[in-house]
Amino acid sequence: MAEFEPVLLANVGKPDSWTRRAYEATGGYQAVRKVIGKMAPKDVAETVKSSGLRGRGGAGFPTGLKWTFLPPNHPGPIYFCLNADESEPGTFNNRVLMEDDPHQVLEGMMISCYATNCKTAYYFMRCEYPLAYKRTLAAIQECYDAGYLGKNIFGTDYSLDIFLHRGAGAYICGEETGLIESLEGKRAWPRIKPPFPAVEGAFRKPTVVNNVETAACVKHIFDRGVEWFKSIGVPPDPNNPRDAGSYGPKLYCLSGHINKPGCYEAPLGITVTELIEKYGGGIWKGRKAKACIPGGISMGILKADEFHCPLDFNGPGKFGCLGLGTAAVVVMDETTQMVDYLMNSCRFFSHESCGQCTPCREGTSWATRLMTRIKAGKGRLKDLDLLAEIGDTIGIMPGTTICGLADGAAWPLKNCLKKFRGELEEYIQRTNPDGWSETQPVRALGPLLSIH
Amino acid sequence: MAERILTDDMIAQIQAFIPRYPSKQAVTVPALHIVNEQLRCVPRQAVIEIAQLLELHPSQVQDTLTFYGYFKQDKPGGKCRMWVCRSIACALRGADELLEHLEHKLHVKAGETTSDGRITLEYAECLGACEHAPCILANDDLHKSVSQEQAEQLVAAVK
Repeated sequence: MAEFEPVLLANVGKPDSWTRRAYEATGGYQAVRKVIGKMAPKDVAETVKSSGLRGRGGAGFPTGLKWTFLPPNHPGPIYFCLNADESEPGTFNNRVLMEDDPHQVLEGMMISCYATNCKTAYYFMRCEYPLAYKRTLAAIQECYDAGYLGKNIFGTDYSLDIFLHRGAGAYICGEETGLIESLEGKRAWPRIKPPFPAVEGAFRKPTVVNNVETAACVKHIFDRGVEWFKSIGVPPDPNNPRDAGSYGPKLYCLSGHINKPGCYEAPLGITVTELIEKYGGGIWKGRKAKACIPGGISMGILKADEFHCPLDFNGPGKFGCLGLGTAAVVVMDETTQMVDYLMNSCRFFSHESCGQCTPCREGTSWATRLMTRIKAGKGRLKDLDLLAEIGDTIGIMPGTTICGLADGAAWPLKNCLKKFRGELEEYIQRTNPDGWSETQPVRALGPLLSIH
Repeated sequence: MAERILTDDMIAQIQAFIPRYPSKQAVTVPALHIVNEQLRCVPRQAVIEIAQLLELHPSQVQDTLTFYGYFKQDKPGGKCRMWVCRSIACALRGADELLEHLEHKLHVKAGETTSDGRITLEYAECLGACEHAPCILANDDLHKSVSQEQAEQLVAAVK
């Protein structure tokens, strides 16, 4: 196979890469000119559908298909929301795009809006990205000044406004209906689906919510063609009729105990080992790997002997993980204690649970209290069964919560208990020699670390 | 009647957001940001005034405000808001120790403001800069791969 050439990151690192001038010098805003006013919106959506592009935000839903769920011939308005509320631990690919190549994202967004007949789009960005906010705001202004946004863009009869909307620090805003509620000025409590946003979304109108990287991919599909896009990645598994394939380039975020952490572009389907060796420069300090998170903390965990797992939409699932997620690989070396990993994960989810569904709100906090106790050397073997029970009972899959946050909270628990139970048991027995076998209820630890 | 808190400038900024959205309620978070940027908190009186501007009940604005960890209400945060990321990628590279170190140095717990009002120390859940772990976001500046010594220098440099 020929050396893979980065496309999404092609401009990243070049001088002034965030300006319109630099972007257009490398062929920017040519794809959108081929589309707006030249193709019918329906054909644009069909092109994206035929490319097999799947959403890059975590769920991997086919983007073109999502667009076709909009009611046909709707009188409007239809809204488009760009999900730039990237907050999955380990993930920073959207930040890299928004900071260093904001025009690429905007161009993809323009094409996506045109395809969905949307005239007002909201760019929902988390507030923890001040630099991305400044550069995107400036990029939007440059587009208005150039006539690329506003009325009759690129001299056609199509008009589009993009408004940058800042979040206020809540992981749940990355869930599309949570994002919509937050955009409407309310607490970001996810909605029960159906109705799906494509039917009734923001301001009770049909709405499409797409990820930043997805928008960037859309731009390249029109720059380079469907054939190019499908030449990268992994075709559908013939033995799995539900697999839609994993086509296209993907941004992988590599962090943790690695020599060269960073955001790297590779074809979908690269294995964890290849990613670590080829891009990450190996494990730091000459150590061995113990485990890694395959795609953001909510996806679970892979053991070192599972690093041959391909990072496509299907791969991590075959190893018991929840999925590819955001393709954020966090590597842990052999000195890492799984108790620390699990404690960190539980603490994150109990902090970020929005509080709407009781099983998630209580379950995540309970898990954090249990883990705090185990960490403090007061754990009992019975606690592991309790953690397993929490893991099995919270989430969409057991049908107890509205959104998937709880599934994301459950997966690290389930994976870790399955793959590292021995280590956890050993930790409990070692740190609590007198009480590990206690089966009676025990008092809660005194003042717990502040969970919230 | 309580004294008005929102300045004419803040009101103008908030009103400029109204045409962007089909509902006035959608301006809630932008309005909270505008007030928070100026006052480093959003007092109850400001909530009432925002509600008037947006034709909402104050409880609706309050409800939204309290959901998001970003906004403070009772007293202003420090001049420098220092977020120390504690999520997994940073934690693997010493974020918990870094936060604890700063707590000792500043004599505050995470979430509190130093007595001189200079710094509010907070923990953050994933700042999305995992390749630079452990990282600190101090107001609008991201500090990358921060060692404990560098964190001390950072604290000392805050005016």
